[in-house]
Parts: sequence; C-alpha cells; structure tokens
Amino acid sequence: MTHWIVAPVVLPALLAAFIVLAARFDLVLQRTLSIAGTAALLAIALGLFALAADGTPRAYLLGNWPAPFGIVLVLDRLAALMLVLTQILALSVVLYAAAGWDRQGRHFHALFQFQLMGVNGAFLTGDIFNLFVFFEVLLIASYGLFLHGAGAARLVAGFKYVTVNLVASTLFLFAVGTIYAVTGTLNMADLALKAGQIGPEQAGLLRTGVALLLVVFAVKAALVPLHLWLPGTYGVACAPVAALFAIMTKVGAYAILRVHFMVFGAEGSPAWGLAEPWVVPAAVATLLLGTLGLLAAGTVQRLAAYSVIASMGTLLLILAMPGTGATAATLYYLLHSTLAAGALFLLADLVAERRGAVRDALVAAPAFPQLDLLAGGFLLAAVASAGLPPLSGFLGKLWILGSVQAHPAWPWLWAAVLVTSLLAILAFARAGSLLFWRSIAIEAPLAADPPAARTLPVLPLVATGALLAVPVLLAAFAGPVARGLEATAVQLHERHGYIEAVLGPSRLARAEGR
Amino acid sequence: MELLVASGVGVLTAVGVYLCLRGRTFPVVLGLSFLSYAVNLFLFATGRLVVGRPPIIDPAAPGYTDPLPQALVLTAIVISFGMTALVVVLALRGFLEAGSDHVDGREPGAEGRR
Repeated sequence: MTHWIVAPVVLPALLAAFIVLAARFDLVLQRTLSIAGTAALLAIALGLFALAADGTPRAYLLGNWPAPFGIVLVLDRLAALMLVLTQILALSVVLYAAAGWDRQGRHFHALFQFQLMGVNGAFLTGDIFNLFVFFEVLLIASYGLFLHGAGAARLVAGFKYVTVNLVASTLFLFAVGTIYAVTGTLNMADLALKAGQIGPEQAGLLRTGVALLLVVFAVKAALVPLHLWLPGTYGVACAPVAALFAIMTKVGAYAILRVHFMVFGAEGSPAWGLAEPWVVPAAVATLLLGTLGLLAAGTVQRLAAYSVIASMGTLLLILAMPGTGATAATLYYLLHSTLAAGALFLLADLVAERRGAVRDALVAAPAFPQLDLLAGGFLLAAVASAGLPPLSGFLGKLWILGSVQAHPAWPWLWAAVLVTSLLAILAFARAGSLLFWRSIAIEAPLAADPPAARTLPVLPLVATGALLAVPVLLAAFAGPVARGLEATAVQLHERHGYIEAVLGPSRLARAEGR
Repeated sequence: MELLVASGVGVLTAVGVYLCLRGRTFPVVLGLSFLSYAVNLFLFATGRLVVGRPPIIDPAAPGYTDPLPQALVLTAIVISFGMTALVVVLALRGFLEAGSDHVDGREPGAEGRR
C-alpha cells in the first residue's frame, strides 16, 4: 500500500493550515509556499499517473480499516488523469495569481490550497459519502475564493452561488440517504456489487436515489436547466479564480462518469443506463444555449463563461452514452476544454488590464501595449475553444462526432454540434476583431496608460502560455494520448479491477459465484 | 411513528423549498436551514426507525440500531451549521454593500442595472 495516494489530499491541507497560521502577514512567503506546494503536487500527480499506468487500481485504506467499513481512496487511471489535469491548471493559475491578484484580498493562497485538497479528494475517494464531504470542502473554499476582492456585484452573485450549491448539497444528502437505505453501504466498490442484487421491490427506490445524484452532479456540471448559476458566477469572479473554476464543472462530469459507469454500470442492475435518455437532450440544449450566450456576451470574461457552458454541452452529449469509445472521447474533450477555458479566462484578464476603463468589454478602444502578443494568444485560445483545426478542440469534436453515430438520433446530434461550432467561430471572430483589429484602427494611444501594463508581465504570460501549449500538445501527440484514454475508459467500464482492489479477490469471487 | 417522521420530513422540505424561492435573502437563509433539518431527519431514518436499542451489538440487548446514519447526520449537521453562518454573513454584507436585501441586489422595478 503506497502512502503517496493520500498525499494529494494531505499536502494541500497541511500547507493551507500552515499558510494561515505562520505566513499570514507575509505575502511573498505565502506565494513561495503556495507555488512550491502546487509544483510538488504536480510532481506527485505525475508519479501517481505513472504508477496507475500499469492498469492495476490501488486502494488506500485510511486508518487501515478494512473496506467496506472504513473510508478508502482509490487510485486508478481515471483518478490519476484527473489529478494531473487539476495540478496543471492549478500551477498555471497560482503563477498567474502571484503576479498581483492575490493582493486584492486576504488568504488567497490558503483558500487555493483548500480548494485543491477538495478537488483532489473528490477524484480519489472511493466512498460516496466521502465524495459529499470533499464536494463540501471544495465548495467552501470556492465560496471564499469567489468573494476574493469582494465588491457589491460579487457579493450579490456570491449569495446565489452559495444558495444553489447548498440546495444541491442537500439533494446530495437525500440521494446518499436513499441509496444507503436500500443497499446498506456507501463504499463505491461495495455498491457496485450490491446494486446488481437489489430485488424488484427496492429497485424503484434505488433508481430514485441514483437519479437524485444525477441531478446533483448536473448542477455542478452546469447542465441545462441547472446551468443558470454559472454565467453570473464565472462572469464576475476574479480571473485566476474563474480559470480555476474551469475544473469544477469537470468534477461534476467526472462524478457522473464514476457513478453511472463504475458504480451502477452493471448491465441489468436497476440503475443501469439511467442517465442517457435525460442527459443527451439536456446536453444538446446546453450546447445551444451556451453558444447563443457566446454570441450575446458583452465582455471577454462572459464569453469565456459561456464557452464553458457550450463545452460542457459537447462533453455531456457524449458522456452519458454507453461504450468505452464514447468515454475515451469524453475524456479527451474534458482535458482539452478545461485548459482551453482556463487560458481564455486568463487572457480576458490580461486584455482587461491593458484597456483602461473599458476593461474587457467588447467595444472598440484605443490600441494597448503588447497587443500583438495577446492577439496571438487569443487566436490560439479561440481556435481551440471553437474547435477549428489543427488544435485539440477540432480532434475532440471529430472523435465525438464519430462516437455519437451509435446513437439513433445521430444526424440531429451532428447538426447540433456542427451548427454550434459555426456560431462559436462567429462569436470568437467578432470578439477578436473588436478587441484587436478595431483597436488598431483607432490609432489614438490610451490617455492614461496604466503603468503596470507597460512592462512585459512575465509570470502571467508564462502561466497563460503553459495553458495554451496544452491544446497544441494534445493535438500533436493525439495518438499516444488517445491510446492512454482508451485504456482508461476500458478500466472504468470493466470494473472488476476496481472492486478487487478495494474489497479483495475473495469478496468479488463470492459475489460472482452467486 | 413512521407516518409522523415521514410527514415531518415532508413538511420541513416543503417549507424549505417555499422559503428558498422567496425574493429576499432572509427567507432564503431560513429556507436553507429548514432544508438541512429535513435532510438530517431523513438521514436519521435511513437506518430504519428503532426505539430504545443501543447503536452497538450487545449480547444483553434485544437488538441494535444502525450507528452509521447517526455519524452521517453529525457530519451533515456540522457542515450545514457552518454554511448557515457563512450565508448569513454573506447576505448581511450583500445588504450593506448593495443597499437592498433582494437576492438580485436591487429592489424589483428599480431603474438600471446594479
């Protein structure tokens, strides 16, 4: 039993507490600790990824209590992949924030580390109530991060964000309670075995519990009609926080994958295939509404927020479909869309800092320093987000289009994806030409040039550049990445390795013998 | 007793949902509290309703009650208590900064955007 599995949860928790207690008044020390900690987390996540790449899931028994009585953390390919993704995004965001955003309020770095603890825990846990607890940890930290820098607009939007998430948490508890009442267990591997043995008289209750869970995860994943909290939240949060939140919608998507394919994925179990008939139409609506929002967005940050909704629509369209090919396509698009959205939020802020009073509003304004560099970055981010070749957005959408052909309504799904891609291209082209070309047309320099914008900001550019490099790398190494993701999807659907790692081979053999 | 507990959960949830849909922040906070009471009661009942049994296997006792839901309820109470405190502070700060206790941060029908 390797103890590194628990490190992605313990390290940020200890670091956050240390930052609050010992480095409260020293911003430089806070930054150093936070960046070093996040870099160490990335190294650990990469190590765990290499460990998981042999295809054997590993269980970590907390307190060495035997499963299913204690809480377990489970490292499999999917969990390791999500850990690496989170840490790449987090390192870029913390580098960006260290250039000045963390000065706007107190405790940015402590809250940031707590947020990482929650997200990492949610990806690693093998217990459904523990998943609830980690959801709460990441949400509570996100409330603090969201209010970072305060202001009336953020407080009003914050109240709604907190309320929506508290209602969702209550629903989560109702769902967990129902599932526990039927099955008598909360351990995911144990649930995966017991869900198949539920008699018809209890099947309805189990389906209710699983459907409630789906609603909760759909709130997190911003599935229409549960998406209304997202634009207001992501549109007004400070830029590094909004970029970090790009992973939060993916936590919802991950939870749907984990619960619907791994835990309740046994063919013939009462809760099998519950998600698909609901999620696919809702995902199409999400895609359409998100794209219309892209066209209507008045600022770059809102544009980025709606691009998150549109990309969640594309993602959820394929996510709920059965088959390992569909899941692999989901994972590829998930990697791409998280980092592309993060880059877009950071670029929105870089542009806003340079345009004076206009900020990132989509109106023509005088030219600003480093315009060419940012225009190039925006072009990359827009090409990736809209799904144009040659970047990973195009490959991801192509893979998704190929995978949805198994669905009976595939011509409609193709039409939805292709039409919304065209509209997204229009929206990004309009935004880019307003921001950069019309700015050049108005030759007058800015009257009061913000002094901070004159020097080349190294740290933010490195952070944004790192995020932008990933769609390029994902496209360049699409072959090996795709093979890895297919192995991940196969492991998720195959389930036996996971159950055996948690409960031991004898329990699994006994359950199958029955 | 089942009827009593079930209707208790139902009434608490109904009150909570109604209050959460109100337009002012204070009823919404109350609604969230009612929802958390409802879910605590519900969680408590998921181990089946048993009267006068210890939450541990004891040869001397005639039976036992499931201890796990009690642990779950404790966790849920702690989290919902902390969250209620947070949401009260948030509502208060929002009221002081925006000058309105409406969830939109401005009075309905007021001119302009916030």
